[in-house]
Amino acid sequence: MNWELIFGQITWNSFVFAGAIENPSLSEFIASGAGTVAVLGALASVILLTVKRWWVPLWRDWLTSVDHKKVGIMYIVTALVMFARAVIEGALMRAQQLSAVDNSGFLSADHFGQLFSTHGTIMIFFVAMPFITGLMNYVMPLQIGARDVSFPLLNAISLMLTIAGAILIMVSLVIGQFSTGGWTAYPPFTGIHFSPGQGVDYWIWAVSLGSIGSTLTGLNFAVTIYKKRCPGMTLFRMPLFCWTTLCTSILMIFAMAPLTAATIMLALDRYAGFHFFTNGAGGNMMNYANLFWLFGHPEVYILILPAFGVWSEVVATFSSKRIYGYTSLVYATMCIAVLSFAVWLHHFFTMGQSANVNAVFGIATMVIGVPTGVKVYDWLLTMVGGRIRFTTPMLFHINFLLTFILGGMTGVLLANPGIDFQVHNTLFLVAHFHNMIIPGVLFGMFAAVQFWFPKAFGFRLHEGLGRASFWCFAPGFLLAFFPLYWLGMMGATRRTYMWTDPAYLPWLALAMAGAVLILTGFALMVTQIVVSVRRRAELAAPLGDPWDGRALEWSIPSPPPDWNFAVLPEVSSRHPFYEAKKAGTAYRSPTAYEDIEVPRNTATAPLIGLFACAWAFGLVWHIWWLVVVSFVLMWAVVIARSFASDTEEIIPAATVKAANEAFLAAVRATPGVTRDQEMTAANRGRAVPESLEGGAGVLSSGATVGVSR
Amino acid sequence: MKSRGIVGLVAAAVPAAAWPGIACAGSFLEPAGPIAAGQISHFGVISTLMLIVIVPMFVALPIVLLRYRRGGKGTYRPDWEFNWGLEALIWGVPVALAFALGTALWKHTLQHDPYRPLGPEPLLVEVVALDWKFLFLYPEQGVATLDLLALPENRPVTLKLTSGTVMQSFIIPSLAGQIYAMAGMQTQLNVLADKTGDLIGRNTQYNGLGFATQSFKTSVMSQEAFAAWVQTTKAQTAALDAAGYQTLLKPSVVSEPVLYGNFAPGLFDKVIASFSPGMAQGHAHAGMSASTSPHHEHDHMQEAGR
Repeated sequence: MNWELIFGQITWNSFVFAGAIENPSLSEFIASGAGTVAVLGALASVILLTVKRWWVPLWRDWLTSVDHKKVGIMYIVTALVMFARAVIEGALMRAQQLSAVDNSGFLSADHFGQLFSTHGTIMIFFVAMPFITGLMNYVMPLQIGARDVSFPLLNAISLMLTIAGAILIMVSLVIGQFSTGGWTAYPPFTGIHFSPGQGVDYWIWAVSLGSIGSTLTGLNFAVTIYKKRCPGMTLFRMPLFCWTTLCTSILMIFAMAPLTAATIMLALDRYAGFHFFTNGAGGNMMNYANLFWLFGHPEVYILILPAFGVWSEVVATFSSKRIYGYTSLVYATMCIAVLSFAVWLHHFFTMGQSANVNAVFGIATMVIGVPTGVKVYDWLLTMVGGRIRFTTPMLFHINFLLTFILGGMTGVLLANPGIDFQVHNTLFLVAHFHNMIIPGVLFGMFAAVQFWFPKAFGFRLHEGLGRASFWCFAPGFLLAFFPLYWLGMMGATRRTYMWTDPAYLPWLALAMAGAVLILTGFALMVTQIVVSVRRRAELAAPLGDPWDGRALEWSIPSPPPDWNFAVLPEVSSRHPFYEAKKAGTAYRSPTAYEDIEVPRNTATAPLIGLFACAWAFGLVWHIWWLVVVSFVLMWAVVIARSFASDTEEIIPAATVKAANEAFLAAVRATPGVTRDQEMTAANRGRAVPESLEGGAGVLSSGATVGVSR
Repeated sequence: MKSRGIVGLVAAAVPAAAWPGIACAGSFLEPAGPIAAGQISHFGVISTLMLIVIVPMFVALPIVLLRYRRGGKGTYRPDWEFNWGLEALIWGVPVALAFALGTALWKHTLQHDPYRPLGPEPLLVEVVALDWKFLFLYPEQGVATLDLLALPENRPVTLKLTSGTVMQSFIIPSLAGQIYAMAGMQTQLNVLADKTGDLIGRNTQYNGLGFATQSFKTSVMSQEAFAAWVQTTKAQTAALDAAGYQTLLKPSVVSEPVLYGNFAPGLFDKVIASFSPGMAQGHAHAGMSASTSPHHEHDHMQEAGR
């Protein structure tokens, strides 16, 4: 019996537990422990779903759904699950580096290599990307007054491809090893000659699935913004979050392609004996570096721009004021998006090109700092003349302004080739990009969760626990990463599992303390969600507007109905809902309702995701029958779907009317709350605009106007 | 330069402010040559200039938060959204700053180009990056070492680098910044040490299990001591031939530096050529040769003629 025909290169020794049996050491036990947690986690989910009889609802209401809101939530859940793994890996690396001053610590060099590779790969491709994609999915269509994205099924397929990639990385915890080539996977180290085995293949296929998903997302969102805006919503009336979504989508379309090309070429090198990036036979790894960073630099802005959009929404809402310099912010965003394609070379100033080339790219990098600086000061000026409430999202925003600008300073330092020559590949660089991504992107997403959670689920998150988690996250970040700047200047290289210089010790200890605080912050955030779910009756805000919001998404119920808007809104300003509340014209019954067409749920996307995952797994382990079968099945699903004609269902006008009128009646029956009561049980989601506060008369007249229509 | 005083002050303040009294022989915080000294002082210049945008935020944000907090003294103007004067300020200052920073960057980058020789008659050392050690070849002296770079004080040195394995990044932080060493290609780094003593050099690009320990000793000695060192090394019986190089290709960690009394001439070029057997010249160059500056032309001609 030829087992290899069936199982490819998988053998008994491929399982992580075999390592612990054959070579018992703490490093191996930790690896096995992680594998066990992955297996037990999957098992626990299966048991929970079975016991609670959630399989059917999970399939019917979620996995097969093409509703942008559900797709968005599934993206964010994926991001949070993957974040849990990758943040623990980060803390583990901190502990190893602390314990390994002048000895080899508790992790093996190989295990450490896998840890920094999975940590980086997961955090970028399976935390940050799904987080921003999920958020854009949820919020953008609501803000432009649309019922869904332009291509709902494509959207679901993007999600399922991303989840397929995430599953592949989770499987690598249990079966086989992951790459030790870092998240950038530079050849020739990641070529077959220097990295035999499946590790790099896991990286290649997980990243390829994610990047194809993101390309499709970019196309989908850009088209949605161009074509699906509600009447009156000109581009310059869009909320800033939609502008940043548009720029990010355009970047995704152009930037993911070089990455996909690079991973496929690397795969050809490894599987088919090509020589794109090998040492010999005309291969040249410099081409990889260029392709990778042609993606990699715009990627940074793909991540940060949606976060900038979140900050713009948060600062205006919690200052109860218009955003300062809207037009300026739009142009700054566009400048950043365009310039982000002109700076990739600063990731390898050290590759030996001429000083002139380095200088040009260094200056281009500094020029990007200009629009970014403008944005930071626009947010500061937005607060001027406002009435600032120090809610959890706002605390994250204040922290962002102060720390991001410091990260900007170290970024400008790194833009200098002369300085980069010294601190490239050191912990200084590691500190810099964490300084941009954590307070900027990650905390931006956390703020967004606090901000839009009541919209998605109909109840607020517990504010006290939210602030507690902030007070762990923010100082935790400072402690964990600012010592790394100094370590990097002292010459501590990145991706190093042991040290000889005792001078590093106090700084590594501080960083470890920071990592502990970050873990505590995350635990508090999880607690916050659990506690809030339990107290959801008391925190309920079904009327849709808990924060005295300004854009369209706050004008509809929480959670929004499948069709989002009972009647597509017509807007005539940048702050349509805020203006309506002020004028007393919000919550009016529409004159007429119409039937609404929504796409039917379909098994297409989850099946494609399933077969894509199986296909990638087959490729990693050279299980050729699985590769062929799953590839055929994947396309069979696509072909079968192309014959389906009954893909839409009609929601009758009567149903829409009943739901909407019930909502409007509930709103009218509920007194609005002032911002003083924002965090109390009285806040059911009907807000008295801050600018009208104190005038009880206006409030009641607003209610009468509502009823009179 | 009239700003020399300020620059020097800042350069001294940067390391001192962060932590007093730490010796970092493996860092540009303690420069042992003009390039690293220039890098740390440039670090100070750029940091100082950046304070122009950072300080206002740290001053203004607390004031704004205090004044415009809910219940604060600030006037509530919910519809205020624009002011031409402020707009000019928030665009103008960063633009002017980017101009100043860009000028400083341009000057520093061209002046401290790693390809620019730091004086006449530089000592030539050829460096081959291996897993997980560095091979140093002294073609003029006819000696070679493993994981030991001996340099004469106050004499310009031209390091030519290539790799016998994966890409690595070569750095001696106290002397100059890093440059990649890549197989089949040659890069260059010019350094000058102006203090005697032992420095740390290392690879900063992850290249497998031995990466963490891939460092080497850089011994800067007086010119007489260097001449004497060459003579002692020449007397070593160990020699490095093609077969010896093949054994070095196997990944290993070197605990003690190795000295070779002589080595097969042209070894460096053979290492480069070994990756492109089809190409007779075997001289792919990592750099783009579009530069028009004189020292670059000189450099390229020299290489083409070799």
